[in-house]
Amino acid sequence: MLAFIARRLAISCLVLLAATFIMFVLVALSGDPLADLREQSTPQAQAQMAARTAAMRLDVPVPVRYLGWLGDLLHGNLGVDKSGNPVSAQLAQATAATLQLVIVATLLGAFIGVTIGIISALRQYSSFDHGITFAAFVCFSLPVFWVATMLKQYVAIEFNDWLRDPVIPTWVILAAAVFAGLVWASIYNGGRRGKLIAFGIGLVVTAVILYALSASRWFADPGLGFPFVLVVSLAAAAGVAVLVSGWENLQPMYAALAAAGVGALLYYPLQQVLSDANMLSILGLGLLTIVVSWVLGHMLGGLLRRQAIPVAIFSGLLTGGLIFFDRLLQAWGGYVTSVRGRPVATIGSETPNYTGDFWNVSLDASMHLLLPTLALILIGLAGHSRYSRASMLEVMNHDYVRTARAKGLPERTVIIKHAFRNGMIPITTILALDFAGVFSGAVVTEHVFGWRGLGEMFNKALKAVDPMPIMGFFLVAGAAIVIWNMIADIAYAYLDPRIRLS
Amino acid sequence: MTLNTEQVEPGVDTQGMTIAARTQRQLVTRRFFRHKGALFGLALFALVFILAFSSIGFGPIPGWWDKSWTGTGTVLDRGRPTLSLLPEFLGGTGIHLGEHPFGQDNLGKDYFALTMRGAQISIIVALAIGLVSTVVGTVIGALAGYFRGWAESVLMRFTDVMITIPVIVIGAVVGRMAGNLGPYFLALMLGIITWTSVARLVRGQFLSLREKEFVEAARAVGTSANRIIFKHILPNTLGVIIVSATLAVSSGILLETALSFLGFGVKLPDTSLGQLIETYRSAMVTRPWLFWWPGIFIIAIALSVNFIGDGLRDAFDPRQNRVRN
Repeated sequence: MLAFIARRLAISCLVLLAATFIMFVLVALSGDPLADLREQSTPQAQAQMAARTAAMRLDVPVPVRYLGWLGDLLHGNLGVDKSGNPVSAQLAQATAATLQLVIVATLLGAFIGVTIGIISALRQYSSFDHGITFAAFVCFSLPVFWVATMLKQYVAIEFNDWLRDPVIPTWVILAAAVFAGLVWASIYNGGRRGKLIAFGIGLVVTAVILYALSASRWFADPGLGFPFVLVVSLAAAAGVAVLVSGWENLQPMYAALAAAGVGALLYYPLQQVLSDANMLSILGLGLLTIVVSWVLGHMLGGLLRRQAIPVAIFSGLLTGGLIFFDRLLQAWGGYVTSVRGRPVATIGSETPNYTGDFWNVSLDASMHLLLPTLALILIGLAGHSRYSRASMLEVMNHDYVRTARAKGLPERTVIIKHAFRNGMIPITTILALDFAGVFSGAVVTEHVFGWRGLGEMFNKALKAVDPMPIMGFFLVAGAAIVIWNMIADIAYAYLDPRIRLS
Repeated sequence: MTLNTEQVEPGVDTQGMTIAARTQRQLVTRRFFRHKGALFGLALFALVFILAFSSIGFGPIPGWWDKSWTGTGTVLDRGRPTLSLLPEFLGGTGIHLGEHPFGQDNLGKDYFALTMRGAQISIIVALAIGLVSTVVGTVIGALAGYFRGWAESVLMRFTDVMITIPVIVIGAVVGRMAGNLGPYFLALMLGIITWTSVARLVRGQFLSLREKEFVEAARAVGTSANRIIFKHILPNTLGVIIVSATLAVSSGILLETALSFLGFGVKLPDTSLGQLIETYRSAMVTRPWLFWWPGIFIIAIALSVNFIGDGLRDAFDPRQNRVRN
């Protein structure tokens, strides 16, 4: 294994080296770095051109310039850009901004996409499946820059306008309720009567929720509150426990309920702690949650500890997340007034000169992340749902699934234990490759949203024919691609023992 | 090139009653034309294609639309679109095109003509990217897969290197270089950098086919490598190649429009759908239609090509599609 990793790493480094050479040559030939000075007719232009030619070593052949860059790189020096600023400082800042943008989007997109894909595989050729297939094709064909600009106009600006008087029109409630009813009916697997009931329940529940939100003007001052946190976290804990270990074995469920219950009951005591929180204390609380949930799972799990512990940890973290979100929303009112009633931001990663406590700053960052994340999720959703559907269908067709059914296992066990686990193996590798691809996705998204990350750094440098920042960008993106490719291979071999490394 | 299979042989037995021998091609054609999504895609693509090329004409051939995409004019009704699709009995103003169906920009240019010109260029660029990348990828993959040895290691290492560079990144660099030389040269350059996935697919096919008995037999009677590649192996990989060519076309149009949007693709005075979106992005609030139409056309083209590709894949490889349970 170690030998394999070492060899893979060595090959990857060589590949990356060759790629940097190609990039460097292409960028150097892509245009004239002196173009802006040539247009000027000022007397200094000549001197500036000479200075820049010397600084960028434009008088030596491109391969020699590449060797110079490589030599600097070996000394840990990424060079300077056209105006003389060191690239490494910009690169660190831009990488942080881009990671912030893409991590949430990639994780959420993968989670939602895989869930949708599995459901549509389990309901193959249902109207849900057909609808999702069509939607996936549309998502595949969406130009990301177009969607992003549309989101800016129709989600941000119109939503901000709507927030002044947050009443949902009746026709929207009705349309959303009918749509939700249709989705539930198409997912439900049963006769016409069952489908009708599913349709009715979906319709009524959606309509009531939307009506209540609208009538109580929830959007003007959103919040979750203790009852909501308690009910949702207990329900989610029970749901996950049932999915993982079914109704027959209740120990995991007890552990999950205990973790969620303890978390939710700490709602009021925690408010005091959370009021002057910072990044570190949040992380500490998260760790504490994991430890407590682990102990609960260990104590209550009985013989099924291996299932109970992860389920308990998941429930605990989910409850903690809900409480965090609730506290974040408590900062909403103050935040909305301080941004003059326009909370959904369209440009940049933070409101300029905005100061406030941890919660205000976090809320500000989240509102800036909202739109780019939505755009990226929408684009990534299609691929994930298609891949997981195909992979799940492939697995469901195998003999061992038929065997599992034949020996009388409940359908839940067949799907979760036998099909899902094997179906997810190819998905793992695709997710790893996905993480590598996010840097290229950022190039377009960041341009639309004025996000000062890696993509925008690349765009600006390329417009100015400035090779050093581009090479810095490419080092990060290329290294990510090479490393994640390797992780994908190793993960695949680990999850599927039939694959041999070496 | 993707539409080769649409030419149906007349006389194919459609009743299904008599058992008639069918060639591979007839089977594929039948399966393709039974695929509803593929037919939808084909119809949509034909519609967009005919609309774009017949309306304002192409090159010296005049079209039926009376305004040109370069001519300016007086702005009527703040440039609002005059297209109306609601019949009168539904409260609309009847189905008609009007003077400027897609509206006008702030210089009074007819936006229908502009969009059609953009669609023409984008379609041509996308098809050219698909064609060039397929040809290059097929040649590289075939050489690597058939000859093995050092040819394979050199070519595949080169492919590995190219895959390391994200397509949009190398596309932007190449577009920065080639954009000033016109859209056709840009298409050629973009095709030259996007062949990697085709090459890998074709190599995989060649690797397995070259070990088959019929290739062994051909080699035993002294057939030349050239003839084995083109007459024996290549026809058997045609399905894979055609499907990936379709996908290359649909990703080609998204690549070109994204690059034009970033300013590294088609440049003024030429226009393309992505370039139109970039030009009129700031007019989004006052003249949203300038933003809507090119986007709708990009989606229509990419969506139709994707559906055609899906139909072709099912037609060439029906195993993926079997009904379960």
